Amino acid sequence: MSAAGNDLQTPLKRVRGLGSAKSGTHHFIVQRVTAVALIPLVLWSIWFALKLMHADYAHARALLHEPLNAVLSIAFVIALFWHAQLGVQVVLEDYVHTKWLEVSSQILVKFLCVLGALACVLAIVRVALA
Amino acid sequence: MPPTARPLSPHLGIYRWQLTMTLSILHRATGIALAVGSLLVVALLLALASGPERYAQVQGFCASPFGLILLFGWSWSLCFHLCNGIRHLAWDTGWGFEIPKAYFTGWSVVLLSFAMTALIWICVYSRGGLT
Repeated sequence: MSAAGNDLQTPLKRVRGLGSAKSGTHHFIVQRVTAVALIPLVLWSIWFALKLMHADYAHARALLHEPLNAVLSIAFVIALFWHAQLGVQVVLEDYVHTKWLEVSSQILVKFLCVLGALACVLAIVRVALA
Repeated sequence: MPPTARPLSPHLGIYRWQLTMTLSILHRATGIALAVGSLLVVALLLALASGPERYAQVQGFCASPFGLILLFGWSWSLCFHLCNGIRHLAWDTGWGFEIPKAYFTGWSVVLLSFAMTALIWICVYSRGGLT
């Protein structure tokens, strides 16, 4: 884009026909959908965390072993990391203006969120199937 | 970006501090805090899957003074982000943009987030606190 600014095309003319910028409303919608999912899941996870807090190790495992608790925990961590990635993405887009730094931090955050979700799901499945 | 110099809106420093902007900033701040705090969820679940020693380590960290400060902060962040998130979802439907309504829902979010946090910690300490 080094030619930008010293040719005779307007910015609008230059981008016409190239499709929408980035991915349109998809990010906005997924952020809202995960937010809606997280309302009941967060309330449930607070209640579940309070139960875990007063349980010893064996009892805590037994609680997570119950199918309903395991399924809701998996749903919670997936929605949590998905929503977190989408939220942090917007913050980085807004405040990190150095291109290489923005791209690398976006990728890093995506990797960390996927890793976090995978680790949680593996741990839950391991306890649930034990 | 076009090279044209356009007038820019003034930055934060020029505005009088007010509830709506405070809550907007806090929504982002608590969101980032919660994203970092999700590491504790990972640690707890991995420890639960790994064995009693690891689980005791995570429990010990949570019950330490530093752990308690983090948990207090994260629990309020979670309650605030949840309540204010619902406020944002209401705005997404087009409801609640009038200034009196925005202030009413704003103060409700503040009160509710503190009430929820207090309720959580009453539940924790009424049954003996963190061990």
